[in-house]
Amino acid sequence: MKLDSKIPAGNLAEKWSNQKFNYKLVNPANKRKYEIIVVGTGLAGASAAASLAELGYKVKAFCYQDSPRRAHSIAAQGGINASKNYQNDGDSVYRLFYDTVKGGDYRSREANVYRLAEVSSNIIDQCVAQGVPFAREYGGLLDNRSFGGAQVSRTFYARGETGQQLLLGAYSAMMRQVGMGNIELFTRSDIQDIVVVDGRARGIVLRNMVSGQIQSYVADAVILATGGYGNVFYLSTNAKGCNATAIWRAHKKGALFANPCFTQIHPTCIPVSGSYQSKLTLMSESLRNDGRIWVPKDPKDKRAPNEIPEFERDYFLERKYPSFGNLVPRDVASRNAKEMIDDGKGVGLTGKAVYLDFAEAIQRLGKDTIIEKYGNLFEMYEQITNEDPYKVPMRIYPASHYTMGGLWVDYNLMTTIPGLFALGECNFSDHGANRLGASALMQGLADGYFIISYSISDYLAQLKKDKLTTDAPEFKNSEKEVDNKIKRLLNINGSKTVDELHRELGIVMWDYVGMSRNAEGLNKAKKMIKDIRDDFWKNVKIIGTNEEINQSLEKAARVADFLELGELIAEDALQRNESCGGHFREESQTEENEAKRDDENCSHVAAWEYSGADKPEVLHKEQLQFEFVKPSQRSYK
Amino acid sequence: MGWFLKFIDSSVGKKLVMALTGLFLYLFLIEHVIANLLLLNNDNGEAYTIYAEVLGSSYNIPLRIIEFGLFFFLLYHSINGARLWWTNRKAKGIPYLVNRASENSSFFSRFMIQSGSIIFIFLVIHLKSFFVNYRLGNPGDTMYQGVVKTFENPLYSWFYIFAMILLAFHLVHAFQSAFQTLGLRHNKYTPFLKSFGVILSILICAGFALIPVYFLYLHNAGGY
Amino acid sequence: MAELNLHLKVWRQKNKEDKGRFVDYDIQGISTEMSILEMLDVLNEKLIKEGTDPVAFEHDCREGVCGCCGIFINGRAHGPLKRITTCQLYMRHFKDGETIVLEPWRAKGFPVLKDLMVDRSAFDRIIAAGGFIAVNTGGAPDANAVPIPKHNSEKALDAAECIGCGACVAACKNASAMLFVSAKVAHLVRLPQGKPEREKRVFAMLNQMEKEGFGSCTNTEACSAECPKGISMDVIAELRREYFRASLKQENN
Repeated sequence: MKLDSKIPAGNLAEKWSNQKFNYKLVNPANKRKYEIIVVGTGLAGASAAASLAELGYKVKAFCYQDSPRRAHSIAAQGGINASKNYQNDGDSVYRLFYDTVKGGDYRSREANVYRLAEVSSNIIDQCVAQGVPFAREYGGLLDNRSFGGAQVSRTFYARGETGQQLLLGAYSAMMRQVGMGNIELFTRSDIQDIVVVDGRARGIVLRNMVSGQIQSYVADAVILATGGYGNVFYLSTNAKGCNATAIWRAHKKGALFANPCFTQIHPTCIPVSGSYQSKLTLMSESLRNDGRIWVPKDPKDKRAPNEIPEFERDYFLERKYPSFGNLVPRDVASRNAKEMIDDGKGVGLTGKAVYLDFAEAIQRLGKDTIIEKYGNLFEMYEQITNEDPYKVPMRIYPASHYTMGGLWVDYNLMTTIPGLFALGECNFSDHGANRLGASALMQGLADGYFIISYSISDYLAQLKKDKLTTDAPEFKNSEKEVDNKIKRLLNINGSKTVDELHRELGIVMWDYVGMSRNAEGLNKAKKMIKDIRDDFWKNVKIIGTNEEINQSLEKAARVADFLELGELIAEDALQRNESCGGHFREESQTEENEAKRDDENCSHVAAWEYSGADKPEVLHKEQLQFEFVKPSQRSYK
Repeated sequence: MGWFLKFIDSSVGKKLVMALTGLFLYLFLIEHVIANLLLLNNDNGEAYTIYAEVLGSSYNIPLRIIEFGLFFFLLYHSINGARLWWTNRKAKGIPYLVNRASENSSFFSRFMIQSGSIIFIFLVIHLKSFFVNYRLGNPGDTMYQGVVKTFENPLYSWFYIFAMILLAFHLVHAFQSAFQTLGLRHNKYTPFLKSFGVILSILICAGFALIPVYFLYLHNAGGY
Repeated sequence: MAELNLHLKVWRQKNKEDKGRFVDYDIQGISTEMSILEMLDVLNEKLIKEGTDPVAFEHDCREGVCGCCGIFINGRAHGPLKRITTCQLYMRHFKDGETIVLEPWRAKGFPVLKDLMVDRSAFDRIIAAGGFIAVNTGGAPDANAVPIPKHNSEKALDAAECIGCGACVAACKNASAMLFVSAKVAHLVRLPQGKPEREKRVFAMLNQMEKEGFGSCTNTEACSAECPKGISMDVIAELRREYFRASLKQENN
């Protein structure tokens, strides 16, 4: 298979305009004849559904939650980047582009990233017009902050709930179209398969989560906007329902999966308190602006933090990275915390945490300033841990947070299955090996509002309309397959719950395919994941039937897919013989234990092709061309 | 006109009617209690009788109109309140096994229909003993004498006092709720309105309750 | 960290048609560091191993913002604490040996689907009726073209924080969705962008609310007291003003 990224020719700044002009258009009167399925209603899905319906296409939107407004985009706290340069600090489309490519450790496509930076401004305009109440200055103009170590203030925000406000904006635009009858909304729908007819994506098969019915829907194009696969780690900052089933099914039907090993671990989460832990809560990384991270120098030191004198503390980030200190990028902060914990210096009852201390900041700035800046985060921390962070240092631990990898898409956001598009976190396209803070929201909305509406018309305009229905054999076969899988799951009646098995997978993923990876561990992980998968299909226990609300069954179907995806992540991590961004291979580091990229051999997108059950996946490489920026090695010393 | 009927019969409109008629009735209560306090004047009812005559004179056209409005509003307030309660009742699911409503709302606010219904029954009796008898009937004694006679009955007096306690409950919620319903809510004045309403409502009802207490215990004591 | 032994009384209902009943469970060794949903996870693991149907309850983000979770706990929507969702309620707020009663939201507008899960799609239909600003993608003016006073923007955000969990309906003795509807009306009308459609919006949303079978507001203020985001009663007063204004202004209603 030859991967064609379809990047338009021309100068960086003209590529997108040229491409838009070259796209074929669908006659306005004909648009209502085209049906489009959108799976997922987060920022990417909701904005795509709304925009396409506004254009006149007939849209069917699906989500697994009880309402589209629940999608996990809602939990994003920090903000959304845009190259408005409202602050007159020298920001520009080119600078946002450059920062994003560099932040992604030179593993993303220049053209895609430039387009993202280009449309970022329109996103803010669109959101404000929808009534998103961004933070403002007293003069009434929009406020910005600098985020995630960026040198310019380009992050727009709404308190600590930017994701919520943006999602509610996209949701309301979408619900308006639902009210007008242009979008048909299907909630509580668990996508189980993508249906491909004559080589084109033509529909989906889902399980109605209330009745258990297996239902098919046909369309002219299918858009997946189903988010990331961070829940493969079991414990993550994702919502409990976030899953990879739709993209994994698409992968099995022929869509290539790109860079699955690029996962992001966020350093400032509230640590695990026990084996029953069901999820991890993220706290904004802005905390690192004033908090100091440390562990006791002596691993045997079990005193309360306030009793440990200054000279017996190791402020390890400040020590190792004097110029960036506590503000090193996410991956560096996470990896160093893990190192300390592996050395036995972890704190708290479980020993799996490091301190984030505000004592010095409170002394320097006063408690009132700290309350003003971080009050809600401190409150949340206290709610969960029952410790007062104004008096006792916070305990933090890294957690799986975002997945840069996803379905391979070309410049038009189309996967290797014609007619199947992937938007937002579920594609791989823009963040390379590491995503910058406040860029996830930007990408989701860019894809949904401003890219797919153009690129899909090019696809649809070249289609020959037919009268395919869900009675076609491809649909029937797929329904049967789904039905068989569910029956098989229900009939195992073993001795382990789905959560137990998912937890086992999570531990393997975290220990061997987490922040720091090596060949030996990855090989071991592949074997272990396979064992858990076998165990799952022999030993899982699900109560109840298909014909009812059955949350264990829902989970089981998702975990079954994670158990396959997990192995591919390990395989991809094994194949990528370099350290870059969120992917750290112990074999590839500098003398100072920093990540070392291998541009000569690894400057590519690793796209995996499914080749049948229990057969190794086939690796295809899309070489990355850097015409405009020159890759350089990161240094935070 | 269609829009108006639709407006006052919508859920927000119905509540607006409750607030406006309620506030009118509230004003009437203030007038009524002030007049009633004339009964406490130790003049054998002279001042009260003059007041009752002026008030009841058939030639006092404006007052007759207001009186008609009063009855109309009272009825509207009661029927509308009952309808609100009925539609709201239908919106509820099956009751909770445990419901700690006292943690999130005041007692008075949750029992408006109950306090209102008892007050309505009280009003029927109250109007029969005074209004029907002395304004429409041919009693043979003065209003003042009627009052004295009625309140010497402890059963009646205690029922009266009980009704006034319920009325206080009703008004404590009603006063501030009316402003909320009118959309008049602001950090600047709402806290004041809330406390003011509580004090005024208690004062009004205490004023009313003073009458039976006076005739039952204090008036007779002086008379013998 | 301590451990609790608890007695649970949980509403079990197989589906919409089933009558439903309370079932008692005893559960041991619950860490005070667990959230109440994690406690239910533990219970469910136990039930599955025993071969009985686990308790169905709604949850997703488990960080208090998606609005999925919602259980009536010991007589209160989202439990005994103020300004948190069910998922943020930790077991340290309960005593050893305590009985915890878990019930679904109760309202005609929220039919029970199973156990503690209810159908809140009525909220989506209310938003679809008018809870938006009608702008299409593209063509929006520059975001700074219309300055918005910081105060107004903050007030709009106060109202926009609603997560649509339905606690307001659950706590209201009239099962009224007024706080939910008002929060959206207030959010949008507090911004200049939301003003052109203000009359249309308030009618459409209120009509839909009535159609969905929710009760009307009688100002008990229970909704606001139980709202996990602390949405103020101010928004309801504002909705009423909007409604009066619209009734007097709108040509055809």
